[in-house]
Formats: sequence, structure tokens, C-alpha cells
Amino acid sequence: MRTLRRNRVAMAALLVLLAVVALCLLAPVYEHQVAHTDAFASNVSGTTVVDGKPSPILAPTTDGLGLGVVPIGPTWDLSHFLFGADGQGRDVAARLLYGGRNSLLIGFSAALLCCLLAAVFGVSAGYFGGIVDGVLSRVLDVIWAFPVYLLAICLSVVLLTGGLHVGPITIESGSLLLPVVILGLVYVPYVARPLRGQVLALREKEFISAAVGSGASDLRVMRREVLPNVLPTLIVFLPLMTSICMLTESALSFLSIGVQPPDASWGTIINDGLGLLYTRPAVALVPGVAIALSAVALNLLGDGVRDALDPKARLRGGDA
Amino acid sequence: MRLIRRSVVVGATASLAALLAACGGSSSTPAASGSGSAAGSAASSGSASGSAGAGGEVLPFDPAHKGGTLTRFATAGAGTLDPQINYTAQFWQLYQGVYDGLAMFKQVAGDGSFTVVPDLVTEIPKPTNDGKTYTFTLRKGIKFSDGTELSTDDVVASFQRIFKVSSPTAGSFYNGIVGADACLKTPASCTLDGGISGDRTAGTVTINLKAADPEFLYKIAVPHASVLPKSAPAKDGGSTPIPGTGAYKITSYDPNKSLVLDRNPNFTEWSREAQPQGYPDKIVEQYGQTTTAAVTAVQNGQADTVFDDIPADRLPELGTTFASQVHVNPQSAYYYLPMNTHLAPFDNPKARQAVNWAVDRAAVVKLFGGSNVAQPACTILPPGFPGFEPSCQYTSPAGDSWTGPDLAKAKQLVQESGTAGQAVQVIVGDDDVQKAIGENVASTLTAIGWKATSKPISNNIQFTYIQNTKNKVQISLSSWFQDYPAASDFLNILFGCASFVPGSDSSINISGYCDKTVQAKMDQAYAQGSTDQAAANKLWAQVDRDVMTASAAAPLFTPKHVDFLSKRVGNYQWSKQFRMIVSQAWVQ
Repeated sequence: MRTLRRNRVAMAALLVLLAVVALCLLAPVYEHQVAHTDAFASNVSGTTVVDGKPSPILAPTTDGLGLGVVPIGPTWDLSHFLFGADGQGRDVAARLLYGGRNSLLIGFSAALLCCLLAAVFGVSAGYFGGIVDGVLSRVLDVIWAFPVYLLAICLSVVLLTGGLHVGPITIESGSLLLPVVILGLVYVPYVARPLRGQVLALREKEFISAAVGSGASDLRVMRREVLPNVLPTLIVFLPLMTSICMLTESALSFLSIGVQPPDASWGTIINDGLGLLYTRPAVALVPGVAIALSAVALNLLGDGVRDALDPKARLRGGDA
Repeated sequence: MRLIRRSVVVGATASLAALLAACGGSSSTPAASGSGSAAGSAASSGSASGSAGAGGEVLPFDPAHKGGTLTRFATAGAGTLDPQINYTAQFWQLYQGVYDGLAMFKQVAGDGSFTVVPDLVTEIPKPTNDGKTYTFTLRKGIKFSDGTELSTDDVVASFQRIFKVSSPTAGSFYNGIVGADACLKTPASCTLDGGISGDRTAGTVTINLKAADPEFLYKIAVPHASVLPKSAPAKDGGSTPIPGTGAYKITSYDPNKSLVLDRNPNFTEWSREAQPQGYPDKIVEQYGQTTTAAVTAVQNGQADTVFDDIPADRLPELGTTFASQVHVNPQSAYYYLPMNTHLAPFDNPKARQAVNWAVDRAAVVKLFGGSNVAQPACTILPPGFPGFEPSCQYTSPAGDSWTGPDLAKAKQLVQESGTAGQAVQVIVGDDDVQKAIGENVASTLTAIGWKATSKPISNNIQFTYIQNTKNKVQISLSSWFQDYPAASDFLNILFGCASFVPGSDSSINISGYCDKTVQAKMDQAYAQGSTDQAAANKLWAQVDRDVMTASAAAPLFTPKHVDFLSKRVGNYQWSKQFRMIVSQAWVQ
């Protein structure tokens, strides 16, 4: 931790990330106490006050032939439509905060699920070897064989229609758990494979042989001897996978197969802004900036954690 | 408005036509006139901005503008090329310059485009035998694009082919022809025995109907009744062009790439109002670009026009910077929310009425592009359409046109219906406009007491999906564009008992609304159309009000169409029947 604290870049990234998380957690406060709006209800016929004058949130074009309507643009006023309105007349700033909650929550939860599953797969495959390794590795190979976005899109399209029903587990089609499960699954090989390699190497170490020789059960050896040694790797993976899962979630939501409206995620807001690129580019740009900021912060933090937990990796990186 | 918006009313609705035919009285067709043309009913008001010949007159050909290539962009091809099968606005528009029927909607701008004029025949005959028999005399010297001369055999074979290829309207438009029932049962061996016959020597074709049909002339003027060579295959022509008699012939078609029309070398103009010779030497429709890219191409002069609806975010720019190249025209169409009268919560009339009270039509109009491209709707029939009478049962304050929603009343009705808190899913297509409208409607339904969500599904399947009762669709977004200017095309098709076919993808009565009293009124109105169209239209207006009282659907708005043309395009003419007359556009 001391090494991490000395890493200024990583600390700056952490601060940015904490600020983003804090702002997103304050979404309801901003919505109700500051902007006095409803971030989810359509408000196409609504009005607001700009420069002391009532103004429609979606204003008809009056120039020329008077075709089309244009949502109100950024007012740069915290109390209403800071970043303007989307095509449904909703406050983009309020949705940005709610969207951030969902994007970060899904990204982090999916990364956590991915790391947990990867730990089970990777450690089991690496420790047991033989047929267990063969079967698990082939399963990972099959998942790996699909381009990750293609697989995620396919699963999303299928599960969005009828939800997920596996035995007693049921996830409704509109649930935020769906993208969590999908993203958690599709990235498992990317974490499990390096873990398996690490465990294969660990298995040959003397302390493992000693533990086995002392009569400890496989489960105990894995839990007490193997897992603590691969934990730093998992910790390094967590922020990186959070970033990757958040980006993928945004892509799925942008394609309308992730978070479903009226819920928001940064991806859905970019999708909302796509049709307004010519008139109100801020609707798409602001969540784009938020995604970029968060992803960069997570990656820099991940690098910092890696440097802190495995200084040799930094050295190797430097040599390369 | 969208690619495939004309409904596929397939053979499943055969009984509809049979029912209608049974109700026909003895009369002559009121549309027939001494001048040899059948005057269509009054068209909707409004004019094509800056269009030529908007008054409906036939403009003389100006050789100075002959030549060049007109390029139109569309996101995709519109399926089969077969004019007797294809049922899309996209290809119906192009067929006007390629195929002919016995009769044709007049190819002029404005109200005149609803007029049916003789095309391959010398005149529109007055029906005999109590309005059941039409004898047409073919013009002489007309050739197909492959060089073969048109004969009565081709006409007879073409009418038989409508059934052999199971044309989408075989069961609804043409079932009134004698012998059609047998053809619908066994299409492959269709002869229309007793229904159609040709006299090669006299050059006449006689069509016998089971009963007088006041809309028969309209039905033979749409592309499904195109006259094709008798050698045309008795199956879907697919991507292989079938020769026609029009000013152009289809040279090539790749549904993923382009459709090319060239001049028909065997064409000689015989009727400028029915099949005028075209101006461009070549008409090319290119596929694969997004509509936004297509709009940019037109702005840059790389294309001449766009088929698809202009994206809403491009409209302000086009309406200002490119105003002189934009034409906005009203359409005989409406967007609406059909509610499933057999499924909770909308099996309760109060729940359906709540939707009509709640929907903010002004908001939906905004989402479509604003008040200059759409108008709030309160009735099934579009304004200006035959049978339309101003009326609005669900507006606050009360009036004949929609002014605002009444959410309090809607909430109260939801409570009274005992359905508050129920889950409601609004099924919409997956284009931007539909998704936006779906989200807005879901938000409104949530506000009045249901737990509503919007579910976009691919436009390729949404239209058939919402028709099939097996999919248990509660409420959906749909639209309807006229096939021809008659009230029955909206009311009887969309809300007639025979149009409700449970378990079928072709159940165009999406609401499943079937009221015997209202149906009897529709039958009466249809029959009365043979003798007294004005009285019939009064009855249709009453039917419209009845359907709205039952709240089988919530009309949203009547759309306008925006055509965006390149700078070089001139002589724009807007046909109320088939949109822009592509063949009459100047590109040089």
C-alpha cells in the first residue's frame, strides 16, 4: 500500500475515480434537490425557464420551413439542464449521474464475478491438471474462440427477449443483473488463463509439495496455499476488468441491448444523443467523456496496483 | 412512411371480400364518368411546396429536359421485384413508370392523382349486369419491354396469376371476381372460370364480379393488378425482372446493391395522364447507405433524392439551409396504438379509453419531427379522406380537434378498470422515431397507473409480430397508409371482423376489435357506396366515431412526407397516391 500511495499517477486516478463514484451516488440528491426533475419520465411537452423567460424543453424549429424540434442545449446552470435535454426532454446531467451509477456498478460487479469465476476455473485447472485441466481449458477455449463483443451481443439479444432461467435462478429481461452475468461470463478466459499458468508454476513449488505431503486436502491447499499467491494477480485484474466491462456494457447499451430505457447507463445516453449529433452534440459527448475519464482512471489505478504488488512486472516492462 | 408500411392483407381475409361482395347492391359505379375516367374522392388538403402541376393538370412533355440519370438512395431493397406480390411503398412508387394495368391512378400532382384513368384500355367502361360486368377494350400497338405485343391473353393470364402467385391482396381485393373462391383454394390451377374472358379478335376483356363493387376500379389500378406477359412465371419473380409495358424497364436488381431502370425501347406514349414518357434516361436506386449518409450525399449532389424518412435531427438543417430543395406533403396515413381488446388490461374498455385520454399527441408529433411534418389525430380516417368528419372524443378541453390530454381522467379510468399496477409492454419498431415514441408512451402509461415498458423489436418483424395473437401483444405502435382513397381501406380493413384472424401473422385487425353492430354499419356503408357515395361517407364517419368510442386504438398523428432533392432536380410532382412521380423529375 505504501508503494501505491507513493505512485502519484495512481493516486490521482483513484481520486478521480472516487469523485466520479461520489457524484454518481449523489444522483438522487441532484435530481430531486438541485435540478428538481425526473430523470426517467418523458418530458417532451415540458417547459423550463432560461434567462427569466419560459422556454420549451423541446423547441420547434422556427427558421425556414420550420422542420424538426431541437432539445434545449446546455445551460451551464447546475439547477436545470446543465448539459441540456435529450430527445425525450429529460435532464442529461441527472441521467448522466444515474447512468454512471449503472455503468460503474455493472462494470465492477461483472469484473468481480469474472474474477471469482476465473479464480475457480484457473486454480482448479492449474492445480488438478490432467483431465480436469483438459476439460476446463477446452471450455475456456470455446468461450475464447468467439470474439468477445460478438458473444456478448449474441447473449444479450437472446436473453433480452426472455430473460435468464436456469434452474431456480431467474433473471428478468430488463434486470441490470443480465449484463452483469453476460459480461462476467464472456471475460472469464481472459483472467482464468493467466491464473492457470501461474498455478501450474506454483504447483511445482516446494511449499505446495510440503502442504500436500503433510496430508492437507486439495481444497485446503488451494484455499490456504495457492489462492493467497494468486490473489495479487486477481487484485491487479479487478480494476482493469472493471474498465473493460464498463466499456463493453456501454457498447451493449449503445446498441440497445444492455441497460434498457428508461433506465440509463452512459452507453444508453450516447445512443440517445446519436440522433442529436448535428444539433445537440453535448448529449453524446458528455457521457463519452465520462466513460473515457473513468476508463483511463481505472487503467491507471490498475497499473499502479500492479506496480505495487509486483515491482518485477514494472521492471520487466521497463526492460522491454 | 417506412419501407414496408402497406399492410400485407393476405388470403386470410378472403372472407372479408366475400362478405363485402355479398352486401353489394345493384348499381353502376358512381366513379365512372362520361369522360372515360373515374373521379376519385376528394383528397386531403395541402400542396407540395414548389411542386410543378400541383393543380392536377397533365403537363406537356418538355424535350429540353430529357436525359440524364436520376439517383435515389434507400437503406435497402424492398424485396421481390414481382409487381403482383411486392406490397411496399418503395417499389409501388417505381412501378408507376414500369408497369401498367387496365386502369391507372392519374400520374399528376395534387388531387388529380386520386383519379382513376384508362391505361391499357381505351376507356373506363360503364359496368353492366347490375354493376357486375366490365368489358374493357384494349388499346392497340402496345408492346412489352421484351418486344412482344400486348394481347387479351396477357390480361387474362395476369388476373389468373394474381391468384397463382398468392398475391397479398388476392383474397381481399380480387375475391369479388367470379371464380376467385376456387382460385384461392387451389391457386396453381386458377382459371377464374366465368370471371374473366378475352376476345382476341375484338380486343376486349370481360370481367364478371359476384356483386357490384364500388371500389373495383381502384383495385385494378394498383400494381397487384399489373398486366404482365402471359409467359410470366406462375411463381414469385424474385429478383428477376418481369417485362412491363411502362416507360421504363428494370435492367438489373441486386437487393443489396442497386435497382436500375432504363428506358423501355418498345414504349410509345399512349396516354400522358396514365403512363407519361419519363425524363431521365436512367433511374438508379442505390442501397446500403444509412439515411443520414444519403441526406449528406444529396446535399453534396452525389445523389438526387432519398426514399426513406429523413432523420429528425437533420430536419432543422434541411428546413433552413436547404429549404428550396425540400418538399413537404401530407399523406393519407396515420400512426396509431392498436390495443388488444382480448388481453388485459385492454380487454377493459375503460383501460383503452384511459390510453386515449392520456396520450400526449403533441409530444408524439414533436418526436416525429414537429407540427410541420405531423398533425395530432383523433380519428381513424385522416383529414380530407373520404368519410372523414372532424371529431375528437378524447381531448381536453372538448372540441373537434385534439388540444391536450387529460391525465386525471385517465388515472381515474385506470383505477375504475381495476387494472392499476399491471405490467404493460408497448411493442415498437427499432428505428429512432418509433423507439422515441414508444418510450414516451410507456412513460405516459406509467404515469397513469400501469407499470409500462417499451420494447423495440426489429422493423423487419415488428409489423407481423404485433398482428399475431400468439405473441400476446398488449399494445403496439403501428401505422397505416392508404392503398386507395376509400374509407373501407382504413375502417373495414383495420377494424373489420374478417380482418381479425387469431394466430395468424396476417391479422391486420391488430386490436382484434369485432363489433357486430359496427360491422353491419360498415357493410351497409360499403354497399351504399355503389349508389350514393356521399351517404356512404356519412356512414363511414359514424363508423369512425363508433370505433373511437370503443377505443379499439389510439390514433396518434397523421404524418407528412419530406422529400429532399438535389439542386439539379426539377419538375417535382407529388402524387397523393404514389408519392413523388420519379419518372417526371428533371435531372438536366
